Amino acid sequence: MTAAHSIKRGVSLYSFQDEYFHRKLSLEDIIAVTAKLDIPGIEIIGDQMIPGYPNLTDAFVKQWHGWMDKYGRTPVCLDMFLDWNQYKGRVMTFDERVASITKDIINANKLGCTVIRVIHDVQPEIMEKLAPTAEKYNVKLALEIHAPHHLDTELEQRLIETFERVQSPFIGFTIDMGIYTRRIPRVSMDRARREGVNPVILDYVDEAYNNHIDNQTIMETVVKMGATQFEMPWINQAAHNIYVDPRRMLDYMKWIYHFHAKFQEMLPDYTEYSIPYDEIIPVLIEGGFSGYLDSEYEGNRHIQDVYEVDSVEQVRRQQMMLKRLLGEA
Amino acid sequence: MMYDCYMVVGEEFKNVVRNGQVVGYQFGLRIPFYSSVVLSMVGNTELKVDGKTVPDEQMAVTLRGQTFPKPIFADEPEVKWEFGEIGIVTVDSPGGLQAGQHTIDVRQEVLIGFVEGGLFGHDTKTLVIK
Repeated sequence: MTAAHSIKRGVSLYSFQDEYFHRKLSLEDIIAVTAKLDIPGIEIIGDQMIPGYPNLTDAFVKQWHGWMDKYGRTPVCLDMFLDWNQYKGRVMTFDERVASITKDIINANKLGCTVIRVIHDVQPEIMEKLAPTAEKYNVKLALEIHAPHHLDTELEQRLIETFERVQSPFIGFTIDMGIYTRRIPRVSMDRARREGVNPVILDYVDEAYNNHIDNQTIMETVVKMGATQFEMPWINQAAHNIYVDPRRMLDYMKWIYHFHAKFQEMLPDYTEYSIPYDEIIPVLIEGGFSGYLDSEYEGNRHIQDVYEVDSVEQVRRQQMMLKRLLGEA
Repeated sequence: MMYDCYMVVGEEFKNVVRNGQVVGYQFGLRIPFYSSVVLSMVGNTELKVDGKTVPDEQMAVTLRGQTFPKPIFADEPEVKWEFGEIGIVTVDSPGGLQAGQHTIDVRQEVLIGFVEGGLFGHDTKTLVIK
């Protein structure tokens, strides 16, 4: 029997990117799908599915809330990027970065979102500076921890120091569950094979990863094995994963506001091929997490060369798994 | 790498006629990334047609009715190439391309800030001028 908790399910519309890219599904169609799949929470990447973002028109905002009402969904999270290199020949100043993210905070508030997924390359000083604005608009800034980073990498430890010092419930983390990748996703291995990468090298990468060899050593060895310039990006895409102990989250649950339930391949038996969700979800329950757990399907890019992507079925399977692990089904 | 196989859009491939003259040719292109990109962050477009490199100066991209010469992309930090949007790439080339098969090869850089070294996508398609 699952312990009591108040974790909520959502989906990042990133999961349906393939269908949107081809214009097979419109944004409204995708929201309709989330209702059909009984997924209460909606996460959206502004730059992905809102044309003209960050310039939100009143018409769009009205339409968005109309869809939320029509389909009975809850807006949860807005994902932003920081285009610090968008100006020719220079990087954004500190003030420009703050202004850019302030715009995202205002946009999140307009859309009814209470969380922002902050992209990884935002410095602790900027998070600290934005805490009062985040509070004013009731939007938690949740900086995403994504492979190859985890709670104990240098930047994350600096962020934790900042969070501990500032003590604001409006600056913290999103965790992408790709950091709990137990074995290399076979969809990315298979893709590398199809692209013609030397199978001897791929077999080495697979074995080395399963033996907990670090990514840097793996890539150095692969170079010594004679990987070509063509092969390297495909090898890197497959090898670029980490596994760390999920229980480390329990030491920092206070600062974890949001989760991306990342997945590459949901099997017909409702398990994920590489990420042990049955070990991870109990940690969230034990730690008292009470925010949203948003499905984030990414396997589409590995299979799109030969298969017709069915993101809807993949998300359906993952939500069924999450319901079971959350004690809902 | 993502959306590589969807970058070059053959349905838009044809010669371009202006004032009764064939001034060049065009094809459709989508950016190999999962989000919109402002033009200043669309990096190098290494375009080879029938094995021959096309210089930037001969290229322009039309997005939603507006045309931008490739060399000025770095000066456009606000104009968006939306996610999945088919941009029409026109190449200045008096006489255009002969009827028959041609190979379009594109290696497109995307200068995404949070990925060290940026990203790229690569697509090669054999298309027909009627």
